[in-house]
Amino acid sequence: MKRVYVNEEWCLGCHLCEYNCAFANSGLSDMAEALKGKQIYPRIHVEGDEKISYGVSCRHCEDPMCVKSCIAGAISKVDGVVQIDRSKCVGCLTCVLVCPYGALAPSKEGTMQKCELCLKNSCGEPACVIGCPNKAIVYEERD
Amino acid sequence: MRKETKIMSNYCIIGNGTAAVGCIEGIRSVDQEGQITVISKENHKVYSRPLISYLLEGKTDVERMKYRKDDFYESEKCVFLPGTSAVKIDKEGKTVETDKGEKIPFDKVCVATGSSPFVPPFEGLDQVEKKFSFMTLDDALSLKDALTPDSKVLIIGAGLIGLKCAEGIKDLVKEITVCDLADRILSSILDSECAAIMQKHLEENGIKFMLSDSAVKFEKNKAYMKSGAEVDFDVLVLAIGVRANISLIKDIEGEVNRGIVVNTKMETSVKDIYAVGDCAEGYDSSIGGNRVLAILPNAYMQGFTAGVNMAGGDKEFTNAIPMNSIGFYGLHIMTAGNYDGECFEEKRDGVLKRFFVKDNKLIGYMLIGETDRAGVYTSMIREQIPLDTVDFELLKKVATTFAFSSENRRKKFGGVV
Repeated sequence: MKRVYVNEEWCLGCHLCEYNCAFANSGLSDMAEALKGKQIYPRIHVEGDEKISYGVSCRHCEDPMCVKSCIAGAISKVDGVVQIDRSKCVGCLTCVLVCPYGALAPSKEGTMQKCELCLKNSCGEPACVIGCPNKAIVYEERD
Repeated sequence: MRKETKIMSNYCIIGNGTAAVGCIEGIRSVDQEGQITVISKENHKVYSRPLISYLLEGKTDVERMKYRKDDFYESEKCVFLPGTSAVKIDKEGKTVETDKGEKIPFDKVCVATGSSPFVPPFEGLDQVEKKFSFMTLDDALSLKDALTPDSKVLIIGAGLIGLKCAEGIKDLVKEITVCDLADRILSSILDSECAAIMQKHLEENGIKFMLSDSAVKFEKNKAYMKSGAEVDFDVLVLAIGVRANISLIKDIEGEVNRGIVVNTKMETSVKDIYAVGDCAEGYDSSIGGNRVLAILPNAYMQGFTAGVNMAGGDKEFTNAIPMNSIGFYGLHIMTAGNYDGECFEEKRDGVLKRFFVKDNKLIGYMLIGETDRAGVYTSMIREQIPLDTVDFELLKKVATTFAFSSENRRKKFGGVV
């Protein structure tokens, strides 16, 4: 299946992916309205220093620890995509405890959120990839 | 041409919690046809047990607590027997006998019977009218029924169960006192300093504590404490500890200790019998030996491992470690591994992190106040990553894969994991 991959040699560290992610998942059609002056809760975050940086989002693992560990049964894998039923989440953070990549974080509401590849929002495909100015993030099939 | 007929396997699972679900899904990852019978003592479909405190707190409801969809048993082709207990395993005849007199035949059976509250013989306990354990959905619902806005609740046991119960019912009652024989709260996962931070936070939220103290005698609505103090209460919650339910295996002379002893394939010492979850004593890689790891992720993974092996696959579970994420009133703690190593500390306002290192490896941690991306640390323990290959100074400050080698990062973010 297609996943999001990052190439740290090409990442500029501009954090645009974080803004595009937050906007795509905001449910709003105006970017300024969605983001301006607000704390954003993106599902991808840039790590690194001034020299090396890269975006981190859910790896949609073959054998996802978060799915097996969720005490609420709120995380499942459907057609290869690891997804959260946020109505079931109680915010215990067990998924944060087990994810080796640090790919889950609380939403504004306190329930957990993670990259679901923009398949369910109006973007339809990963907004971080579409908006990456240096093509450091790609959405493709790999082994 | 000879036509081969495949003989369908019969699987039986005793128990219906997370470990049982793991077992069902493990079996179905290999064998989609065999018959699975699930024997459930509780009269409920599988639900998320650790959510019972959130239920009382109003953060979830019975509908959202469902651990799997309503049609789970049908879609996984299981025969579900709610409200039924297994009373005996006949290892020669290969049947499980139920309390309803049924004999369920099996080729492979998985014991996922969980644990039961341990209640020491307190003098006068029989005189206490409203007393509860806090393990099951029914426990939680009957406790809730007994509470009034004027209730004074005494909880015996300041462990994970007792404290989650306290948090869950705090706004429903007038007063909560938690006592424990240990000198600190959460003594199984926290050291004194971390425990003191959380205790203070709980006290600020209105929970009272009596530590190094416990009830020795009850009289209807009064507890006489070891210290000589007396505590008036109308509702008593017993959260002292749990004991693994091992009798089905003990009765047939299978190897048991504190739990049912299993190998890394989840096989007991008795052929074709597996054990998983809180009743099992499996391999803990953080101590290099067997022990009961009564945590939900472990239950699922043990169950899944057993299921795969029961269905003829080959799977081992070799990197189980203790790990907990628990929060009270917005303050979160995470702990993992064991603490038998050199301690490195990171302390700043409202944050305390302790890392335990041995033989060039991270073997355990305690985090309080800052838990972001802690799974990076957990993975270092589980994967036994040598510390001289990472930037440990950076990791102490912040959990980030940036502290790993670029080769390690390329594997993590450049390929399928």
